[in-house]
Amino acid sequence: MYDSGKIIAGLLVFVAIIAFPFVYSMGTDIVKPEPKIDTPVIQQMAVKQCVEPKTFMRREHMQLLNQWRDEAVRDGNRVYVGFEGKKYNISLQNTCMHCHSNKKEFCDTCHNFMAVHPYCWNCHFVPKENKL
Amino acid sequence: MKMLEKALDGGKGYWSWIFLLLAIIGAGFLAYLMQFNYGLGITGLSRDVSWGFYIAQFTFLVGVAASAVMLVIPYYLHNYKKFGRIVILGEFLAISSVIMCILFIFVDLGQPMRVMNVMLHPTPNSVMFWDMIVLLGYLTLNLVIGWTTLGAERKEVKPPAWVKPLIYISVPWAVSIHTVTAFLYAGLPGRELWLTAIMAARFLSSAFAAGPALLILLALIVGRLTTFDPGKEAIQSLAKIVTYAMCINVFFFLLEVFTAFYSNIPEHMAPIKYLFVGLEGHTRLVPWMWTAAVLAVVGITLLVNPNTRNNEGILPFALIAVFVASWIDKGMGLVIGGFVPNPFGRVVEYSPTAPELLITLGVYAIGALVLTVLYKVAISVKAEVEAGGAGEAHH
Amino acid sequence: MSMDRRQFLKIAGISTILGIGAATAVNGLRNGGAEASEFEPGPEALKAKRWGFVVDMSKFKTDEDFARVIHACHSIHNVPDYGNPKDEIKWIWKDTYEHTFADQEERYMAGDRKEKPFMVFCNHCDQPPCVRVCPTKATFKRKDGIVMMDMHRCIGCRFCMAACPYGSRSFNFRDPRGKDDNGRPFIKELNPEFPTRTMGVVEKCTLCYERLAKGLKPACVEQSGGGIVFGDLEDPNSEVRQLLGKNYTIRRRPELGTQPSIYYIVGGNENA
Repeated sequence: MYDSGKIIAGLLVFVAIIAFPFVYSMGTDIVKPEPKIDTPVIQQMAVKQCVEPKTFMRREHMQLLNQWRDEAVRDGNRVYVGFEGKKYNISLQNTCMHCHSNKKEFCDTCHNFMAVHPYCWNCHFVPKENKL
Repeated sequence: MKMLEKALDGGKGYWSWIFLLLAIIGAGFLAYLMQFNYGLGITGLSRDVSWGFYIAQFTFLVGVAASAVMLVIPYYLHNYKKFGRIVILGEFLAISSVIMCILFIFVDLGQPMRVMNVMLHPTPNSVMFWDMIVLLGYLTLNLVIGWTTLGAERKEVKPPAWVKPLIYISVPWAVSIHTVTAFLYAGLPGRELWLTAIMAARFLSSAFAAGPALLILLALIVGRLTTFDPGKEAIQSLAKIVTYAMCINVFFFLLEVFTAFYSNIPEHMAPIKYLFVGLEGHTRLVPWMWTAAVLAVVGITLLVNPNTRNNEGILPFALIAVFVASWIDKGMGLVIGGFVPNPFGRVVEYSPTAPELLITLGVYAIGALVLTVLYKVAISVKAEVEAGGAGEAHH
Repeated sequence: MSMDRRQFLKIAGISTILGIGAATAVNGLRNGGAEASEFEPGPEALKAKRWGFVVDMSKFKTDEDFARVIHACHSIHNVPDYGNPKDEIKWIWKDTYEHTFADQEERYMAGDRKEKPFMVFCNHCDQPPCVRVCPTKATFKRKDGIVMMDMHRCIGCRFCMAACPYGSRSFNFRDPRGKDDNGRPFIKELNPEFPTRTMGVVEKCTLCYERLAKGLKPACVEQSGGGIVFGDLEDPNSEVRQLLGKNYTIRRRPELGTQPSIYYIVGGNENA
């Protein structure tokens, strides 16, 4: 082939770049994220239930939060009728984080594992931790 | 070799220029990272003067972009063949200018990562929405038209028939980009310097003075550096256009002065007073505005007189005078003047900071890089055609 | 089929763009999350057709009166203090008559009248120019008349700041969660029940929409000792309408057609 020197060199560089992430993390164990729900508020609940069932929340909490944002901020609807008709005040800081006050052991475990950086935390924060 | 590859084929001078531009772009980018981390507080902007140097450059450059139409109309609508060699230069200048406009808006945004919101949540009542549409459309038009006509010239055939309607559309579109940008200002009820019907007309007249002025200078520079010859008559016709446009531009400004001062309405007079004599002791822009005024007068004087206008030694200086005068008046003069005095009748002044200037320089360097690459391709194609055509095979 | 490299690249490029475009479109159409019927306004929420203020400056007698009202607003909303006028953020503040109503001729007005302080906030105009110009509807007018901010959507273009004829809007030129050169945080007292903002967005008074949703009055109204009266301008029986009926009031820059909802009682008796 023409320019075989340059092409093979280029291919080697390409393989090195693509393989780097895998080589770099070789040897480290993949720890499945286990979000903890043992906060004081949750432990005191008789029936430990979120706004919606766990499977729904795990899959859809992002879309739900987006909807909450638009309904509360843009349409002024601040009450959500959730699972089994229970009503909740729409607020990430005051509703979600009221129960899930352990952001580091709950939210961050999965987010860090998936390398997801939701920008919610730029403005919203965990009241209990009282830090930004 | 393909057209774009011609930009890779240059001598030492060419590559030195490219690397200089890349170095400036790098510095500007680092300054932008500083701004991205610290916030726009790193600029001279304030609560009262919330638009400054970046938006001033954007406003001025939209005009330069629109000025390509001053070549397109005579050449395509009126068959003025003398512009044939430089129309492509005008179209490519438009591309470079629009890219810089978009970049200046980007560096001015507080949340640039959310810029797609303008498309995701279209808001037809907002002039800024339409500005995005017309700017992107104009960029696309010029890219398609410029590249296609250049490619056809290279193959020594006429351009395909579908280019003609695009060229015709680009004429009102050029006018629209600058009218819409003027509407950003002219529809705001609280800013007396801007709330005037003549804003769009002033924008167009200063654009058609500054843009072709820059184009002539670029054509002369390219003529010096390469075998390209823009044509004496083309230069002289374009210089006439600059002359008329600048006269109209200054006339329009004097109309504003008359309305403000003959009506004696304080809110109308205050911004103009701030710009030219200062307000409550604040005079930061006064020397700039008078420099612009003097340059405008000098430029017009040299341009109106055919002996000096057609003198190839004097013409460049007249054009530089016109260009700088427009840049000051339409950039800082217009944007800052709109915010002074503020809604509480106070004067808050503004100066760009060093990071702000560095970022601005970086954006200008990106524009210069785009322009250099495009001009290199255009000139190389023309040289190739004149030398006897593209005899090389594709590879 | 023979094709050259150029054709191959063109086809690959167009296929990629079409593929990404189709995937985005399908994703966008996918209905995630809950259904619309599951949202409602709160039971205690205060409702109105057009919220407004009537401000009676005669009830503001001392510096402390002003400071208390301003502090009430800025503290519960986590408004940062960047420590310099250039980057200043203020949702409510005071300025003199001369400057608040800068379009009014005051050459022969008594000095102390010119210097009289007025409480200034966003006017929550009925025809707000800021809403008209916002390219993303990040600032928008609610059905109850509040000119609202959607901090999630603001791109920080500051067109609204240029459009506002009253200077009501502030921009986060820095990170509100940052610290100044001495290590002191910009937000002096954090209210854990209200979010902060992020750098690069515009903010302003939003008529305490979060308190209205819980049936509470706006913070400034509550702390003003009767100096700021709030209510529904469209309700002829409301306190604000009664005050408007009994007193001569002015608004800022009425000739601009913005129809501000903030009225100031002026003239006569103790209001002089």
